[in-house]
Amino acid sequence: MSETNPPEKTGFWRRLTSGLARTATSLTQGITDLVTKRKLDAATLEELEDVLIRADLGTATSARIVEAVGRGRHDKMIEPDEVKGLIAAEVEQILTPVARPLVIDTAHKPYVVLMVGVNGSGKTTTIGKLAAQWKAEGLKLTLAAGDTFRAAAIEQLKVWGARTGAHVVAREQGADAAGVAHDAITEARVNGSDVLMIDTAGRLQNRAELMAELEKVVRVIKKLEPTAPHAVLLVLDATVGQNALTQVEVFTRMAGVTGLVMTKLDGTARGGILVAIAEKHGLPVHLIGVGEAAEDLQPFSARDFARAIAGLA
Amino acid sequence: MFDSLSDRLGGILDKLKRRGALTEADVGEAMREVRRALIEADVALDVVRAFTDKVRTRAVGVEVIKSVTPGQMVVKIVHDALVETLGSDAEPIDLNAPAPVAILMVGLQGSGKTTTTAKIAKRLTERGKRRVLMASLDTRRPAAMEQLATLGTQVEVNTLPIVPGQSAVQIAKRAMDAARFGNYDVVMLDTAGRVTLDEALMAEVAEVRAATNPHEVLLVADSLTGQDAVNTAKAFDSRVTLTGIVLTRADGDGRGGAALSMRAVTGKPIKLLGTGEKMDALEDFDPQRVAGRILGMGDVVALVEKAAENIDIEKARATAERMRKGVFDLEDLRDQLTQMQKMGGMGGLMGMLPGVAKVKNQIAAANLDDKVFKRQTAIIGSMTRKERRNPKLLDASRKRRIAAGSGTKVEEINRLIKMHRQMADVMKAMGGAAGKRGPLAGLASMMGMGAGGPSPEALQQMAEKMPGGLGGGLPPNFPGGKLPGGMPGLGGGMPKGFPGLPGLGGSKKK
Ligand SMILES: Nc1nc2c(ncn2[C@@H]2O[C@H](COP(=O)(O)OP(=O)(O)O)[C@@H](O)[C@H]2O)c(=O)[nH]1
Ligand SMILES: [Mg+2]
Repeated sequence: MSETNPPEKTGFWRRLTSGLARTATSLTQGITDLVTKRKLDAATLEELEDVLIRADLGTATSARIVEAVGRGRHDKMIEPDEVKGLIAAEVEQILTPVARPLVIDTAHKPYVVLMVGVNGSGKTTTIGKLAAQWKAEGLKLTLAAGDTFRAAAIEQLKVWGARTGAHVVAREQGADAAGVAHDAITEARVNGSDVLMIDTAGRLQNRAELMAELEKVVRVIKKLEPTAPHAVLLVLDATVGQNALTQVEVFTRMAGVTGLVMTKLDGTARGGILVAIAEKHGLPVHLIGVGEAAEDLQPFSARDFARAIAGLA
Repeated sequence: MFDSLSDRLGGILDKLKRRGALTEADVGEAMREVRRALIEADVALDVVRAFTDKVRTRAVGVEVIKSVTPGQMVVKIVHDALVETLGSDAEPIDLNAPAPVAILMVGLQGSGKTTTTAKIAKRLTERGKRRVLMASLDTRRPAAMEQLATLGTQVEVNTLPIVPGQSAVQIAKRAMDAARFGNYDVVMLDTAGRVTLDEALMAEVAEVRAATNPHEVLLVADSLTGQDAVNTAKAFDSRVTLTGIVLTRADGDGRGGAALSMRAVTGKPIKLLGTGEKMDALEDFDPQRVAGRILGMGDVVALVEKAAENIDIEKARATAERMRKGVFDLEDLRDQLTQMQKMGGMGGLMGMLPGVAKVKNQIAAANLDDKVFKRQTAIIGSMTRKERRNPKLLDASRKRRIAAGSGTKVEEINRLIKMHRQMADVMKAMGGAAGKRGPLAGLASMMGMGAGGPSPEALQQMAEKMPGGLGGGLPPNFPGGKLPGGMPGLGGGMPKGFPGLPGLGGSKKK
């Protein structure tokens, strides 16, 4: 196993604010540019809509938000900050019902979390981050190396296990993922784990046979523990565009997604598709990833996210 | 999920029903739809704007050719402009430099750099007969180096031995030295994923570039990327001067607008497409296909061409005549099955249609593949003409004979008969309707020709025109999700319980 240097650590608060601030910079610019001492006329509203489209909210959602902002205010003179506030309020209103923390139900032991998503979205890293967080809270953890497909995916999870002191259940590469899940539940019960997190191989949602395999993992888990998996988290990459809607739809249908995690919000992508997803599916959004280190995981806040999108962070 | 552009344009422009030149008003209205379609396909907004401006200028005043609707005309202009912007010539990886030629792979986290590195290495080794060395400069992600080493073993390409504790630049230099020493032709340098805002990491990759002087610097990007595609492409291009782009996950069901965005803002060619997790799932970039996908037309052009080539017009006419009378026997069923096979079977047909991923999944799940078609055709082939004309004759002993003759089982024959019966019922119910809609109504509606078109004559005309490419053959209303409504010539409706096709029967998914 190679030396891996975790990225340099900075304070939690700095990360928290810097991640969101970056998300917002260019939007802020956009909005300020367009409505400095301007009338809220059709042209201005259209430009406002462009700003939202650039944040990946999609045409329909963007149009609805802008319409709401314009309602009753046509041709009024309006300050940039006021517009930002209105946009943020609209977005926040959509996001508030879905901003729900991931809470472990201690009635279940182990509480089983299944991590799903397309390739490279950040599933394994998110497991590592959650493990670090829950370990710090004093929980006993088991991780299952359910990505038996991608080269060295098992080693990757083992590194996170070593970093966080979580027990890792693994078989060889190419083994049946459902079998790993089965072993992991048995072991987690025996070793008295509070939480079991099961990693899975990334898969595109239009690959029927891979989705069927995921369905089977869920089935095997249920056979051992009918109430499990207690949480099925779909990990979305913030850079993703409109395809995220389909990802949510299909993964929910095939694997019973219970909540979302959005990663890579430390980049230039704004992840505005979450707003469209919230409108359409109403699935809880639990967490956001703002970096590669263990501490780069934050609870999802509707207010912060909305303000970031509107450029008020 | 998304309406295709041609659907929408059809809605707007085909109402006009007039001929002559495209007016500014026609084009203006059309461009609003083009804009929306492109945004929904994840093309970056500024790119959309520049693109629609270009198309607008081109389209105003264009004469609408006879036999083509204004909508078709605009779709063709949009399509051509898209292909042109995407870059019409395939540009392969360029190795024309003194050995060892370095290829630097860069991109965001999780975009697919390592997998793509191994795929390219495999291709260069096997097809290019080059000696390739791969090295992972990813000192950050846990087990990234092991991932490349494992893939190296898999594709039988050497990887640079892992030395813990070295920096990316140190590893890069070591790789170049090792390549010179070991007489390698090509060195593939895989790097850690990085967000472009990470100044330290962007400086690091720039340093690697300076140290290795790569002949190719390839940005590996996810084709499911949204509006951020422009930021990412611009940032990498300005820091490390890209020579090309590789788009991964092109096997997904995204519309892939990122291709247009990245190409437009960097001017750099898209060289390859990653189309799966297997090591040989790497394809040359095909602007035609990508353009069709962005517009939501699938390979509709190819489909129309194939249809025109393969459909036996006379037979179709005869079947239609019979359908008009509400007759549909096993002989007709066999014709339908053969026709589908000719068009590339289920797989071929489905692969060409946009928005049918779901249907495809169901078919995969139901195991209704080309093999089934073949077996069904074989079963019908083992019947006597009398039996085909009158399936009621098929008693137990006849079925056993047919099973033996076609190498199948009696249950399969029963399934086929049941399927046929359900289809025949539908045909009967539709009776006159099928006839009124024109003999090829099923195919027509599938290909978005709308109800009523095209007649066999029109299809024949189309076939004659086709070799010229798009010219006039573009259907105006290609329906993204309407496929189930009309398998070729099935008269626009499969019976609800079409065996093995759960949910396919006429269920229009939105
Ligand atoms: N910048 C950034 N990178 C992330 C984040 N989450 C994951 N990654 C990186 O994304 C890449 C893919 O992550 P991984 O967990 O292996 O994805 P998986 O294939 O879904 O398991 C890795 O390089 C991670 O370090 C995040 O929030 N921010
Ligand atoms: Mg993983």
